[in-house]
Order: sequence, then structure tokens, then C-alpha cells
Amino acid sequence: MGKNGAAPSQAHVVGASLPRIDGYAKVTGAAIFADDIALPRMLFGKLLRSPHAHARILSIDYERALRHPGVVAVAVGGDLPARYGILPSAQDETVFAIDKVRYVGEPVAGIVAEDELAAQQAAALIEVRYETLPSVMSIDEALLEVDGSGEKIHPESRKANNVHKEVHLTFGDLDAGFAAAERIFDDEYFFEGNTHAALEEHSAIASFGADGKLTLWSSTQTPHYLHRVAASVLDLPASRIRIIAPPVGGGFGGKTEPVAHELAAAHFSRKTGRPVKFTLSREEVFYTHRGRHPVRIHLQTGIRSDGSIAACRLQTWLDGGGYGSYGVATTYYTGALLPVTYKMGAYAFDGCRVYTNKPPCGPKRGHGTTQPRYAFESQLDEIANALGLDAGAYRAAIAIDPYSRTINHLRVTSCGMREALSAVAERTDYSEKHGKLAPGRGIGLAASAYLCGAGLPIYWNPMPHSGAIVKVDRGGGVTVFCGTSDCGQGSQNMLAVIVAETLGIDILDVSVCAGDTDLTPVDLGSYSSRVTFMAGNAARSAALDVRERIAAAAGAELNIAPDRCVFERGRVFDRDEPERALSFVDAARAAEASFGTLAGVGSYTPPEDLHGDFKGSGVGPSPAYSYSACVAEVEVDFETGEIRVERIVLAHDCGRALNPAIVEGQIEGSAYMGMGEALMEESAFRNDLHRIPNLLDYKTPTILDTPRIEAIVIETEEREGPYGAKEAGEGPLNPVIPAIANAVADAIGARIYATPITPERVLQALDGTTGKLRLRAPVATRTA
Amino acid sequence: MSIAPSKILATLRVNGRDVTLAFHPHATLLEVLREELRLTGTKHGCELGQCGACTVILDGTPVLSCLTLAADAIGRSVETVEGLAVDGTLHPVQRAFLELGAAQCGYCTPGFLNAAVHLLEKNLEPSEAEIRDALAGHLCRCTGYTKIVEAVALAGRRMRAAANG
Ligand code: FES
Ligand code: FES
Repeated sequence: MGKNGAAPSQAHVVGASLPRIDGYAKVTGAAIFADDIALPRMLFGKLLRSPHAHARILSIDYERALRHPGVVAVAVGGDLPARYGILPSAQDETVFAIDKVRYVGEPVAGIVAEDELAAQQAAALIEVRYETLPSVMSIDEALLEVDGSGEKIHPESRKANNVHKEVHLTFGDLDAGFAAAERIFDDEYFFEGNTHAALEEHSAIASFGADGKLTLWSSTQTPHYLHRVAASVLDLPASRIRIIAPPVGGGFGGKTEPVAHELAAAHFSRKTGRPVKFTLSREEVFYTHRGRHPVRIHLQTGIRSDGSIAACRLQTWLDGGGYGSYGVATTYYTGALLPVTYKMGAYAFDGCRVYTNKPPCGPKRGHGTTQPRYAFESQLDEIANALGLDAGAYRAAIAIDPYSRTINHLRVTSCGMREALSAVAERTDYSEKHGKLAPGRGIGLAASAYLCGAGLPIYWNPMPHSGAIVKVDRGGGVTVFCGTSDCGQGSQNMLAVIVAETLGIDILDVSVCAGDTDLTPVDLGSYSSRVTFMAGNAARSAALDVRERIAAAAGAELNIAPDRCVFERGRVFDRDEPERALSFVDAARAAEASFGTLAGVGSYTPPEDLHGDFKGSGVGPSPAYSYSACVAEVEVDFETGEIRVERIVLAHDCGRALNPAIVEGQIEGSAYMGMGEALMEESAFRNDLHRIPNLLDYKTPTILDTPRIEAIVIETEEREGPYGAKEAGEGPLNPVIPAIANAVADAIGARIYATPITPERVLQALDGTTGKLRLRAPVATRTA
Repeated sequence: MSIAPSKILATLRVNGRDVTLAFHPHATLLEVLREELRLTGTKHGCELGQCGACTVILDGTPVLSCLTLAADAIGRSVETVEGLAVDGTLHPVQRAFLELGAAQCGYCTPGFLNAAVHLLEKNLEPSEAEIRDALAGHLCRCTGYTKIVEAVALAGRRMRAAANG
């Protein structure tokens, strides 16, 4: 018999910082990302995009483009008229614009040609006649009544003006709460929009076979949703479509919904019978967007004499851009998670999302919770200062308790927020430093919470959120099949850790087959930080399912009851007499002989009692919440207004850390990204145009701007998580932005009520010219 | 086909081997490496010289392959990420990136690796500031750079130890 399997050097994979299994391919250039795929006879596609923010399309003439050498096909709106959208309630996009365009950069036509240059040259030959319409470029403008010369961005919408969605929710007796308050803090904030800027530009390759089957590779975080949308837009049975998600070169939420180029690739491949590739340029990635919504925030918090929160009222106005995207969910998310961190006597939330003529906004790391968190933690800082309380101790005093319910009826289980708060405060000597540093130097603290997966799916259905199959080969190799997409967060490795731990084998004996709708059971996708919790639980039960048969066979061989079998270090042995043992491979072979082909299945569906029963209660519930706390230290140059972040200490309660190095990596990346949003990243527009659609002008922190980040992993035991794990992908970002804002306030003695906190804003604040953000009273927040 | 000037035939030395191939005179080194030679380990995040993902080593110096004409590399030596591991053994920088988790999505990684190897070839004991300086032209959206800096320092320490026998 040949050599099978390998004895792992450690008893447990969970908790060990082993190299990620997909890391080998990533450090050798062997990992095949979407744009690395090339197929024989492949055509190249280009999209022609709108130069106008708001215009009617009068005519499109593409005869000349079609005659251009090398061009194979052209398509326009009427060729693919089906409307689609990620949410069932917002089916408002078409692959190519029909009748009107709603933002600069919206796709109007597509071309495929023998090479990229021909497609590009031909795009310039398409003649589109437009009649421009007045554009709507801000929340304020969108709330104004549409006057004679204008028209609503979505004329068919029954909402007033350019309002897309409104939410009004109240929990507890708000009036009584405010009446009981000793002080009411009333502030307005503005959080600027920004984008993911994942380093990989989106790419999709479609191949439509003579058998009528479509294969579509795409850099997507959500292969399952792409599967559904492709079926409906292309009018093909889902059973004839295979979606494959190769490794994704960064997502951060920017690749979570089907967009035009993916569907265009599929359409053209069907039309031409040849493989078709579309890869976006960096500029096009900025137009595709789906990034962080700009949000105006009004926050009123009533405090009792002991500092506890008697009542809190949050109003948000979201600038949604031209289409719905995830916007309805984003709107709810701006209100849903504030109460997950602190106890409140009463809470009211009013949200309003508007359409504007900008690229559509969607989810970015922290989805909708990031902006109000910035506001709330900024205001809590002011409250603590006003009451003369230590910001960390104050938060710990009003923190939500483990295993409790929030004021908005969300079920909270494990909660390590107090531990995270004290960890960051102690590491930095926060209490000794705050308010006492030299002028220009400041320290700030903030905390936050986040989901471990949305408790409800995007489209209503009673099926599992995640499924997995674990197959055991008679050579000892184990393959886990699961529909996840790895965008760098480590989902491949997470699946391997769970299966290796459950079967007691070496992690390199586990192969992961993910993100392939022909081969893998559905996982809803890499969004809402759901993968570790949900796919991890599915993989764990699939591994347990197959382990049961192996234990039965091994028990028979060893003459012991199956429940005495321990799986560890590549062996199956008797709990009571460990020298009675079989190798894992021999145990698996015995099981295959007894039971036939060895595979286990598992699935995960969140419990049902996570939330209250009211309209809108579906957004916010999660089987568990992660908690984080951050301290930032800054130095501000009074001459230039420049801010230097000297230190970020970020503690995150991830439940059990399956791989501590990967958790640290998520914390470090979150700190960096939050710092970028706090200080420099902004999706800025001027005269209808994206001002900076490139990576030089859209400023992100470089390695010189970013301090060495100190990540602290806080472990709690989450009973429902796989091996006790929660999430680390998004949650740690949220407290970073307010921690930096609070540090700047400490450094300059004045608060800046908007992001990004640019040198210009610092200088204005020092001049005293900004002070509090006084936004004009919003118009028509409630539609009849 | 597109309206484009005809191709030129030329020889480049890529990862130590001469390759002769035809490409358009306007083709970038990035395009030729990825599309003609199928060395897809070299990545692109902007094709405008702004992200560093496409960095390769040309005659011993890191260059942005998206801004370099392939024609300018004729007769010269080009090294890409595919050439870093020798006979299947990872370069110490690759190993350190792997062990510390300095590659998350891995898309920026080939560019960082090339720049880091170049730095360590000149200086086996770089300070943190020197490491950061050498990598300043590279964007990474995933890692916060912390583990990248640590990995380069670790690789330097190991290479030093190996050199000192
Ligand atoms: S692709 Fe060359 S610098 Fe970005
Ligand atoms: S690891 Fe993803 S961009 Fe660096």
C-alpha cells in the first residue's frame, strides 16, 4: 500500500496560525483570478458608458461600429430588456440603459471584437443622441420637489420627489424617555461616500456551449445571486448555467451584486458561440461602485444623570445614487445595529434613501452601520467629556449584556465588548492620556458591534443559507464542497480548518472546492460577514456526518463503541485506551468497505427567534454579533492641518479564533481601511462628474501613511458558532473611524462633524468656522 | 482585426530563458507577459502606474510593467513572480509572506514580492523605515501593510542567517 495521508504535527488545527491553504498559490503567482483565464477563440468586450448624469436616450446608431474591422457583435438596451436588481424589491436596472441614463458611466451599449483594441476603437464609433435632463447630485436636491424642467430619476416611483425608501421605527416610549433625560445631546453629522477600490478590477468570462449550457467565471463575492440573476436576465433555466467564482482579488462588498459586464459577457457568448471576456478598467470600477453611501445623520440622545441612555433618536438620509442596489437593506442597516452595543430606554429610527445621478451605492465593509456608528461614538465621546467620565469606563457601564435582547428585539448571545474596551484602554494608557496630551496630540476611543451573517436571506425562502459536502477519498484525502467565494478573507482556509479539526487530519490533506454552482451546494455569498458562521457550521455538520460512519467502522475494527473514537493527529483511537488505534486512512477504508462511497452533507439555517415581529425586522438580526473597540492616537499639524495617525490599537471579539493570524490580518486590514475612510477616502463629484476615478487621486493610505497596527484578538465562546467562532471580516472597521475622529477632537479641542477629516476641515475647525454641522431642515421626509 | 500597426518579432530573456515572440510595438510589457507568455502571476490594478501590482524586475531594477513597452525590454532580462521559487522551493520572501499571512487576496502580492526581493538583494538588514520606503509605490487594500512589513523583515533575518552560514 502506498503512503496515504500525513500525520499532522499538532493535535488541533483550530487555534493554530498555520499558513492559509490557498497562500501557496498566492505567493507563487499560480492563483488563477478571473482575468487570468483565457479560452481558445475568446472575444473581448467593451462597454460604452454614458457621458451624462441624467439624460434621455433619443437614438443609438451602431452601424459604423459593427463594420469596424474585428468587431463581431454589438448590443444595446433592447437586446437584453429584462430588469434585475439584487433585492426583489428593487428590480430597476437593465444590462444596457433603456430610454434614459441615470449616472455618468452607466453602460449604454456593448461591443465584442477579436481583440481589446478593436472593441475600444469601435466603441468610439457608436453614436448615441441624448437629451440631457437636470441632474440631481445631492441629498438636499433629491428631497426638493421636482420642478417643471426636471423629471424624477425614476419617474415610475410612487414616492415623492426622488425618495427611494423610507423607514420609521420606534421601540419603547420615546417621549417618556426624553422627558426622563437630564440632558439631551443633539448633533448632526455627515459621512461622505467612498468606495472599495479592491485591487483587482472586475472581470467576467462567459462560455456558452453548443449544448445550450453557459459557464460564467466572474470575480464575484456572491456566485449564487449571480446564478439567479443570470437565469432571469438571460431567460435561461438556472439548471443550464454554471457560475464559477475564482479567487477574488479583494471585494469589501464591491463584488456582491450582479452588474452589467457579467451579464453582457454571457449574452455575447450565447450570441456569438464563442467565449467572451469583459475586464473593467480602473475608471470603470469607480463607475460600477456600489460603495459606501454618503449619509447625513441627525442624532438626539437623552442621558439620565448617571449617564445611561434614556432615549435615542436617529435620523439618516442616504444618497443612493442612480439605482436601488442593496439600498433598502442599507437604509435599515443605518438604524438596526446602534442598539446592539448599548442599553437604551427607548429608540426611534427614521431612515430615508434618495436617488441621485451618481453611480449606485451599495454595501461596503460594515454595510450601512459604519456611518451611524461614527456619529454615535462621536457623540458618546462628547457625552463622556461633558459628564466628566472616562470614555472607556462609560461605555463599559452602559454596554449591552451577553445573552440579552436589544431595545429593537435583537437576540444577543456572546459579547466581548467590555473585554475589548479594557484591552485597548489598558494597552494605550488611554485614561492617563486623554485630555492630557500636548496640544496637537490626541487620543480617541470607540466601540462597535457587527453581524455574523444576516439572519434572513436576500430573497425569501425557507432553505439553508449554506450547505457543504465532505467527501473522503480512500487515499485519505478529504474534499469539502461549499458554494463560498474567497475574496481574501480566508474562507477556503476556514473550511479546511473546520474539516481538518473535525476529522483530526492534516490541513493539507483537505482540498476545498468552492464557488462553483455545478459542484458545490449553495452558500449565499461573502457578505454580511456570514461565511465563517454559516458555511463553517455547514462544513462542520457535513464532516460530522461522514465522521459518524468512519467512527462506526473504526469502532467495529477496534472493538469499541463508536462514541469512544477520537479523531486526532491522523488517527482514530480509543478515548480510554489511546494505543488502540487505526490510521485515519485505514478507518476511512473500513468505512468505505462497510458503507460505500464516503461523503457527508451538512447545512446551516439560522434560528428563527433572532428578532421581533414588525415590518423591517428582517434586517439586523444575526445568529451572533461580534464586538470591537479601538484606540487611535494622532498628531495634528496646526500649520497645515495634516493628521498623522501614530497608533491604532484594535481589539476584536471574534468568538474563537480559528486561525489567529488570519483574524489579526482582518483586524489590521480593517484598521487601515477605516483610517482611509476617516481621513482621505471620498467619492467626490463636480459638475456631474466623478472627480477622481483613479487610484492616485482617490487617495488611500499607503504603507507610509499607515502605522503598525496592533491587533488584539478577544476570544469569547460563541455556543452556536463553529468551534465557537464568530466573524472578523467587517466588524473591526467600524470603531476605527470614530476613534480617529475622537482623537482629532482631543488633539485640536474642536470637533469636526464630517468625514473625511481633511487638513482643510482641520484648519477650518481651528479657525472656528465650522463648529457644529448645521444642516438645513430636511424637506418632506414622510411621503403621503 | 483592429486597425493596428503590424507586430514585431523579438527576443526577451524571461526568468532566465530566452523567448522569441511577436507583439505590437505599442504593447506593454504587462500585456506581453500576461497575454502572450501567459505569465499571469503579474497583476494589474490600474494600468496607469498608480498601484504597483504589475511590478517586475527589468535588468535588476523594479519597473511598472504597465508603463513599460515590451519593445523596451527586447534583449533584456525580465523577472516575474513565477521565477522567484527555485526548483519548487519558495524564496525566503515568499515563505515569510505565506507564514505570516501577508497575502490575503494575494492580488497585490506579486508586486510586493518583487519589490521586497529587490530591496533585500541590496540590503539584508533594512530598518522598518527602509522597508516602508521601498514598498511605498505599492497599494494593498487587504492587509493594512502590517504583516507585509513583518514578512520582509523576517525574510531578511533568515537570509542573513543563511548567508552567515
Ligand atoms: S497596473 Fe501598473 S501600476 Fe497599477
Ligand atoms: S492582499 Fe489583497 S490587495 Fe494586498
